[in-house]
Amino acid sequence: MSGIFNSSIGRKFAMALSAFFLMIFLLQHFAINILSVLSPDAFNSASHFMGTFWVIQYVFQPILIFGVIFHFVMGFILEIRNRNARQISYAKNNGSANSTWMSRNMIWSGLTILAFLVLHFIDFWIPEINTKYIQGDLTGLLPNGDFRYHEELVHKFENPLRVAAYCLAFIFLALHLLHGFSSAFQSVGANNKYTRGLRGFGKAYAIILPLGFIFIALYHHFNH
Amino acid sequence: MNLTLKIWRQKNANDKGKLVDYKINDVSPDMSFLEMLDVLNEDLINKGDDPVAFDHDCREGICGMCSLYINGEAHGPDRGVTTCQLHMRMFKDGDTIFIEPFRATAFPVIKDLVVDRSAFDRIQHAGGFISINTSGNTVDANTIPVNKHDADEAFEAATCIGCGACVASCKNSSAMLFVGAKVSQFALLPQGRIEATDRVLNMVKQMDEEGFGNCTNTGACEVECPKGISLENIARMNREYLAASLKG
Repeated sequence: MSGIFNSSIGRKFAMALSAFFLMIFLLQHFAINILSVLSPDAFNSASHFMGTFWVIQYVFQPILIFGVIFHFVMGFILEIRNRNARQISYAKNNGSANSTWMSRNMIWSGLTILAFLVLHFIDFWIPEINTKYIQGDLTGLLPNGDFRYHEELVHKFENPLRVAAYCLAFIFLALHLLHGFSSAFQSVGANNKYTRGLRGFGKAYAIILPLGFIFIALYHHFNH
Repeated sequence: MNLTLKIWRQKNANDKGKLVDYKINDVSPDMSFLEMLDVLNEDLINKGDDPVAFDHDCREGICGMCSLYINGEAHGPDRGVTTCQLHMRMFKDGDTIFIEPFRATAFPVIKDLVVDRSAFDRIQHAGGFISINTSGNTVDANTIPVNKHDADEAFEAATCIGCGACVASCKNSSAMLFVGAKVSQFALLPQGRIEATDRVLNMVKQMDEEGFGNCTNTGACEVECPKGISLENIARMNREYLAASLKG
């Protein structure tokens, strides 16, 4: 067991595990976000539960932050190692002849998602931490007594530039997932005659989920 | 056909090297790519110039010796062929063809288009074999029953000729298709299972020490492999490695 995570396959395995965790998290995030379209009350209740239940706040939230940081840091480490493995580039390289753009540019789609996460943290996570843990307001209520979560969400999507940035980031998320989903399964060794159905499912996941997030952003922009 | 060749010329391992333009006329579309280079070299020798150094041996696609990165692809634009099986009919009159060595830190250039692929030999030495007594009392392999599907998959993995096109094509210069094939050809057979744990651990360790990159599953290796070695061999190696790491 020793040394596994210092090996090339061990690093791939660790990258894949963090990817699985983040892909499950995305599903959970989407499930709550879509409530903001279907039922503002349900969205408020779910948001309040997620924002105040100690298991989520003190156990799952740190794991999530670690997972995100780990995925990015390991991605950078692998990129640097891989660049060192070919120090002289080809004068002519026809990469599109044998591989997809998404598979060759995971670092760029990943960096775009990272930039989006900075914006997303500034928009939602930092104000949330400020309200709950610095100002000490755990009620989740506005001065008028209503829940604040849906109101804050709608307010954020008034700005067309922010909506455009979110849509662009989700397009890059789709590109990242179009390669990343099947790549994660390959890295843990799940590529044989029994797993071929996963490729179709992965493509559906990679397209439908980001489209759903884009729909939510556009829905709130144009309906409020 | 009249062609312009942009060929990587490098005097030795320490030389910086550069692309040099050559004009070559009256190339027959029925020539193999290496025959076209032979004609160029004859012309260079007749002029008193240094011929272009390139690797070749069997010239029938089974030895894995010929290499070359032609117009941005290992073994050129055709599929399922080595450079010796590539024919000039794949090109058009007036074309400019880039001819470069396989590029990887683990495959240093020796001269011109010749690279040192002995890193593959060292990976093989680390575990790409079965320890069997061959001193006269060898048991006939056919006495051990092998599932037909496993035998077929092992055979397909064993068709890897170790040419290095996987490394050359991979944006990360990863050797995992080669090592995956070599691990798989034994892992699938009962004779290979006995040493399977040590084999995969040692071969992956050697692969990492040689400075090959990490596989990011682009699939370029599978497309460019002249023998059509499948990515499933990399997945099998990953499974074997993870299981071996838990055991070891």
